Amino acid sequence: MFLISVSIFIKIYMSNEKKQSQAKQVPKGQNLLEFIFLRISQASALLVLIVLLGIFISLLINAWPVFKEFGLGFFFSSDWNINKNKFGGLISIYGTLTTSIIALLIATPLSFGIALFLTESCPIFLRRPLGIAVELLAAVPSIIYGMFGLFIFSPIFAEYVQPFLNLTLGHIPLIGILFSGNGNGIGILCASLILAMMILPFITAIMRDVFSIVPPVLKESAYGIGCTTWEVSRHIILPYTKNGLIGGIMLGLGRALGETMAVTFVIGNAQKIQPSLFAPGSSIASTLANQFGEAMPGLHFSALFALGLALFIITLIVLSLAKLMIIRMEKNQGATT
Amino acid sequence: MSDVIAIKENLIKKRKRTNFLALTLSMFAMVIGITFLLWILSILFIKGFSALHWSIFTESTPGPDSKGGGLANAIIGSLMMVGSCTLISAPIGVLAGIYLSEYGDRSKIASITRFVTDIMLSAPSIVIGLFVYAMVVAKVEHYSGWAGTIALSLLAIPVVVRTTENMLRLIPTSLREAAYALGAPKWKVSLHVILRAAKSGVVTGILLALARVSGETAPLLFTALNNQFYSTNMNAPIANLPVVIFQFAMSPYENWVSLAWGGSLIITLSVLTINIITRVVFSDKKEG
Repeated sequence: MFLISVSIFIKIYMSNEKKQSQAKQVPKGQNLLEFIFLRISQASALLVLIVLLGIFISLLINAWPVFKEFGLGFFFSSDWNINKNKFGGLISIYGTLTTSIIALLIATPLSFGIALFLTESCPIFLRRPLGIAVELLAAVPSIIYGMFGLFIFSPIFAEYVQPFLNLTLGHIPLIGILFSGNGNGIGILCASLILAMMILPFITAIMRDVFSIVPPVLKESAYGIGCTTWEVSRHIILPYTKNGLIGGIMLGLGRALGETMAVTFVIGNAQKIQPSLFAPGSSIASTLANQFGEAMPGLHFSALFALGLALFIITLIVLSLAKLMIIRMEKNQGATT
Repeated sequence: MSDVIAIKENLIKKRKRTNFLALTLSMFAMVIGITFLLWILSILFIKGFSALHWSIFTESTPGPDSKGGGLANAIIGSLMMVGSCTLISAPIGVLAGIYLSEYGDRSKIASITRFVTDIMLSAPSIVIGLFVYAMVVAKVEHYSGWAGTIALSLLAIPVVVRTTENMLRLIPTSLREAAYALGAPKWKVSLHVILRAAKSGVVTGILLALARVSGETAPLLFTALNNQFYSTNMNAPIANLPVVIFQFAMSPYENWVSLAWGGSLIITLSVLTINIITRVVFSDKKEG
């Protein structure tokens, strides 16, 4: 209301000014400046929209030859043979989805625990340093995680973890095949673990923010009737922040899907789908990083663009859902408080 | 009666047990997380510092299996690209942030832009690389530092837009009204009053964008590529730290791998320094 009255006031002021012949030119010049400033800032804002559309269109145009050749079957064919000029995206899409989902399965409970610890049961004097540590670690470039995975983690993984998983989980029927065979450390599971480590601080930071929006009154009243910390977390915090938590997890999934460097170092880059998680594979991003430099214009090139398009669409869907979830949480928050 | 009390006591015991179990598990998660992350950092510091010599900053990247050499050309290339990326993305991002906060507000265009910006924040960087390759590199038919700069700017702009908008929204409406009451036009209010009041927050956003962009490898693979020699020509392929680290770490040569660790340490330290600086700047503002 106040703004409206101010703007009316300004309008009256301006129209009064127009009547004075001497001051006529000042508002005119100002109007022009105002117009230019508005348009420039509007154009900058629209740039983001244009880039999104541009990415979509340019990927589609460059991927078109491969769709003309193989149709949509490109996404369901696991035939990737550069020499025979046959291309199918299934291997890379499978790699991207498996590594991201396993990474998420590992990282979600851990980050939930960490976020809970940081907001509920951590001693006050540790809260700030640990919180800052988590946020700083989310800023470490992903190539560092990749190098760590390749040089330090994968040898240890091959020597100790793989035989152990092989002996224990490997003998369970059905899922045993996932942990069969002798890997050399590098493969889908190793990539998933590195990915999990990388998105862990990211998801934790979001969850911590989400937990902190729960109104203290709600928590205090639950503690007041004698709830334990766990009961407050389970029955007050969790339902209150459900949408935000799911949104945060999906943002993490979006990060994991598009991650290039942390995965490329440790996934093995084999164009095969094998049942064992110890076996090397490849993800969309790792295929792009490895093959794009050598690709000749033609079908191979266009197939890589088609993979990029697939990755872009998958992440767009995941991120949009995440964003919608978070918007919903914010709306609910407005309604209940 | 005693039965009821016993049952109640059992229940309390059970609840306390569950509580204890859950809290222990969450502490366990914290320990696991911290251990892994400390492990990564300590390895990085040990390997990185053993590779750091003065020659890293003075000599160009060496050939495989040769002695000496450094990362000077890559450091210069990275600085040039990140620097020009800041010059491009900061004004565009800040203007877009002003539009969203001061002009667009609740309009449809603004809310769509906000949504898309949030998505672009986590869009896969390798796809941005593909896009710039198709739009720039394929058109001029050679890799270049400018293409790399454009790719990095596209990644940085959403970060600047979002932080700028959030910071401008924190400025109280009464400040705007006071400026309007003096007869100031809207653009002057936005630029000279609101933006100035939110200065430290906006600078934080730009620095965070810088930090995010300086570690990005994937978009540079297809745009700036790499250059074995010292070059400051932004119209040609230019050496840069992330791609050099990627190529050297994947190579079988020991001196290259060691340089890759040195480069990783340099990048991580600068990213963490930027983050800590923003934190200090921001906490100063809160106290004041």
